[in-house]
Amino acid sequence: MSTEITHDTAHDEHDHHGPAKGLMRWVTTTNHKDIGTLYLWLSFIMLLYGGAMAMVIRLELFQPGLQFVEPHFFNQMTTMHGLVMVFGAIMPAFVGLANWLVPMMIGAPDMALPRMNNWSFWILPFAFAILASTSFMEGGGPAFGWTFYAPLSTTYGPDSTDFFIFAVHLMGISSVMGSINIIATILNMRAPGMTLMKMPLFVWTWLITAYLLIAVMPVLAGAVTMMLTDRHFGTSFFDAAGGGDPVMFQHIFWFFGHPEVYIMILPAFGVISAIVPTFARKPLFGYSSMVYASASIAILSFMVWAHHMFTTGMPVAGELYFMYATILISVPTGVKVFNWVTTMWKGSMTFETPMLFALGFIVMFTIGGFSGLMLGVAPVDTQYHDTYFVVAHFHYVLVTGALYSIIAAFYYWVPKWTGHMYDETLGKIHFWWSTIAVNVLFFPQHFVGLAGMPRRIPDYSLQFAEFNQISSIGGFAFGLAQIFFLYIVIKTIKGGVKATDKVWEGATGLEFEELPSPPPYHSFTQAPQVK
Amino acid sequence: MSSATNEEYYVPHGTHWPIIGSIGLALTVVGIANYLHDTWSATPIFVGLAIIVFMMYGWFGQVITESLSGFYSKQVDATFRWSMSWFIFSEVMFFAAFFGALFYARQYSIPWLDGASNNDATAQYLWPDFEAAWPLLSVPVSEKFNEATAVMGAWGLPAINTAILLTSGWTVTLAHWALKRRDSTWLVYWLFATVVLGFGFVGLQGYEYVHAYQDLNLRLDSGIYGSTFFMLTGFHGFHVTMGAIMLTIIMIRAAKGHFTPENHFAFEAVAWYWHFVDVVWLGLFIFVYWL
Repeated sequence: MSTEITHDTAHDEHDHHGPAKGLMRWVTTTNHKDIGTLYLWLSFIMLLYGGAMAMVIRLELFQPGLQFVEPHFFNQMTTMHGLVMVFGAIMPAFVGLANWLVPMMIGAPDMALPRMNNWSFWILPFAFAILASTSFMEGGGPAFGWTFYAPLSTTYGPDSTDFFIFAVHLMGISSVMGSINIIATILNMRAPGMTLMKMPLFVWTWLITAYLLIAVMPVLAGAVTMMLTDRHFGTSFFDAAGGGDPVMFQHIFWFFGHPEVYIMILPAFGVISAIVPTFARKPLFGYSSMVYASASIAILSFMVWAHHMFTTGMPVAGELYFMYATILISVPTGVKVFNWVTTMWKGSMTFETPMLFALGFIVMFTIGGFSGLMLGVAPVDTQYHDTYFVVAHFHYVLVTGALYSIIAAFYYWVPKWTGHMYDETLGKIHFWWSTIAVNVLFFPQHFVGLAGMPRRIPDYSLQFAEFNQISSIGGFAFGLAQIFFLYIVIKTIKGGVKATDKVWEGATGLEFEELPSPPPYHSFTQAPQVK
Repeated sequence: MSSATNEEYYVPHGTHWPIIGSIGLALTVVGIANYLHDTWSATPIFVGLAIIVFMMYGWFGQVITESLSGFYSKQVDATFRWSMSWFIFSEVMFFAAFFGALFYARQYSIPWLDGASNNDATAQYLWPDFEAAWPLLSVPVSEKFNEATAVMGAWGLPAINTAILLTSGWTVTLAHWALKRRDSTWLVYWLFATVVLGFGFVGLQGYEYVHAYQDLNLRLDSGIYGSTFFMLTGFHGFHVTMGAIMLTIIMIRAAKGHFTPENHFAFEAVAWYWHFVDVVWLGLFIFVYWL
C-alpha cells in the first residue's frame, strides 16, 4: 500500500502549502491564480508597449507632412501596434481572466492540466521578446501590416520577417495548449450539479473561444510556414510565377483572421453577461439564447472570411455569398445586445465602475457592430476598404469592445481576487476620462475614412488635418488614462477597503457565493454542491 | 460524481520543465532564423532541440512515474482523453491549411492564370503562353523555378506505402486486443510490427524523394505542384516519424509491463495519433498522388 501512502502525503502537502517564495514561484507555478496573474500582467505590459506605438502613430498624424518618423518606421509602428495589441494585449488578458475565473466558476480545484498551463504562459515572454527584437534588426521590423499579406511579407519582407514568423509559431503553440487546457477543464472539472446549461456565460463563451482557437491557430501556423518556405526554400504558394497566388495567402490568413476577431470578442460577451445582471439585480434575460447565439457566432465565423477581401478579386457569386453570410452574423449578435438591454429593463440599477464599463461596452461595441454591417455590404465596401473607416470600425469593437470588457472584468472581480475594493471615485474618473477620450480618438476617423483617407500612411491630404488633430488629442488623452489605470491597479493590489465575500449585492456564481475574498490559494479542495 | 472526485484530482506542485521547454523552443527557432541568414551556425538549433528532447524525457518521465504510482484518478484520465482528442483536432487543422492551398491552386489560381472565370485579360497580359494543367509541370515563369519533367505516379511506391500504413493501423489494433486480454507477448510483437511498418513507410518515402529529385526533377522549387507535394507529404512524413518514435517508446513501456487492460491511456493516445496519420495519408494518396 506504499503507493496509497505517497498519494495521501502528496495531497496533504499540496492542500496545505501556500505559494512558494521569490521569483521561482512565478516561473515554476502550477496554480491557476498565479498563472492568471502572470497573463494579466503580461497583457498590461503589452498594452502599454502597443499603446506607446499608437502614440507614435498619432503623433506623426497630428499634422500632414512628415514630422517625426520615416515612412518605413511608421509602417513598422502600425504593424507592431496591431500584432502586439491582438496577440499580446487582448488575447492574453482573456486567457488570464479564464485562468483566474473558470476554475472558481465551475467549482474545480485548479485547471485540468496545471503544468501545461504554466508552459502555455511561459512560451509567451519568449515569443514577444523575439517579436520585439525585430524592431532593432537591420532592415527594421515587420512593416507589412499586422495582416502580413504576401508578397509584402514574402518577396519584399525584411530579414526580420523570419523572426516574426517564428514568434507567431510560438504564440500559436501557446494558444493551442492553453485552449486544450480550458476545454478539458470545462468539460471535465465541473463540480457535481454544474451542468453545462448552468455554467456562467463567461465559461460558455470561453469554451467556444477555445474551440475556435484550436481550429484556427494551426491554420495561421500553416500560413506562416508557407511564408517561410516561400521566402527561403523556393516554394511558390503565394507566387503566381510558379502557379500559386498572393490572394491565396489572404484566404488562408482570413480563414484564421475572422474567427480570431470572435476569439477576441466572445469572452467579452461572457464578461458583460456576468456584470449586467449583477448591477441590474435581475437574472440574465435569455440565458439559453445567449449560449446558442455564441455558438452560432462561432460557426458563422468560419464561413465569412472573404468579406475582408471584397476588393482583392473574387467571382461575383463569392462576393454575394460572403456578403449575405456576414450580414447574417448580426442576428445572433443582436440577440445578445437585446438580451443585455432586456436584462436591465425594470432592474434596480446602480452604476459602479464595472457597470459603467459594461454599459460603455454595450453602446460603443454596437456602434462598431453597425459600422461592421456597413463594411459587410460588398458594393459599398469598395469605397470603405482600406480607409480610416475600417480603422474606426475595428477600434470601436476592439478598444471600446474587447478592452472595455477586460477593464470591466478587472473592476468587477479584483475585489474578489485581492480582497480589496478599488477606489470607486478613481474608477469612475477612469471610465469617464477613457470614454470621452476614446470617442474623440476614434469617432472622427469614421469621417476621414468616408472622405477617403487611406489607412497605414504617415502623411495625408490637407483636408483631413483637423479631424486627425482631434483624433490625436483624443489618442494622447486615452493613452494617459491607461497610465492612470495602471496606478489604480497597483493601488488596489496594495490595499484598500476590505471587500466582502460577496463583493456586490447582486453578485451570483460560485466565486462570489462560496469563496472568501481573497479566495484561498487552492479554491475548491472540496467540490461545492451546485443546486 | 461525489465530492471525492475533486479531492482525488491530482494537482501537481511547481514544475521546472515548462521553462526548460520554453528556452529550448526559443533557442531552436531563433537558431533556425539566424541560420537562414547565415549569422549563426547550425549548432544552436541542435542545442535547442536537445533541450526540448531533454524536457520531454523529463516531463513525460515524471508523468509516467506519477501514473504508475497511482496518482491519477479516472477524472485525470478523462482530462488526458479530452486533451489528446483536441490536440489531434489541432493537427487536422494544420494539415487542412495545406490541403486548402492544394485545392485553391488546383481549382482557382491555376485556371485563373490561364484566363478562366473573368481573367482573360490577365492571362493575355501576363503569361499568354501559360496553359492550366494539374499536376502543373510547366509554370508561368519557367526561369525562376526548376520545372519537373514528369508526374509522380500513384500506383508504384505510394500504393505500397498506402498498404503499409493501412496494415500498420491493423497491427496496432491487434496489439490493443492483445493488451486487453493481458497477452503481453503479442502486445509487444504487434507493436514491433507496427513500428517496423512505420519506419518502413518513412524509408520508402525517403526513397521516393530521391527518385523525385533525381529522375523526375520534381523538387520543392518546381512551382506549386512541387510546393504542395513536398510540404504535404513532408509534414505527413514528419508526423509518421514522430508517431513511430512514440510507438517505439510505447513498445518499450509495454515490454516493461507498464500497461494493464484497465489503465493504458498512453497506448491509446499513440494509437489514436497513428490512426490520424493514417487518415491524413489517405487524403494525400487520393488528392496529391491519384486524382
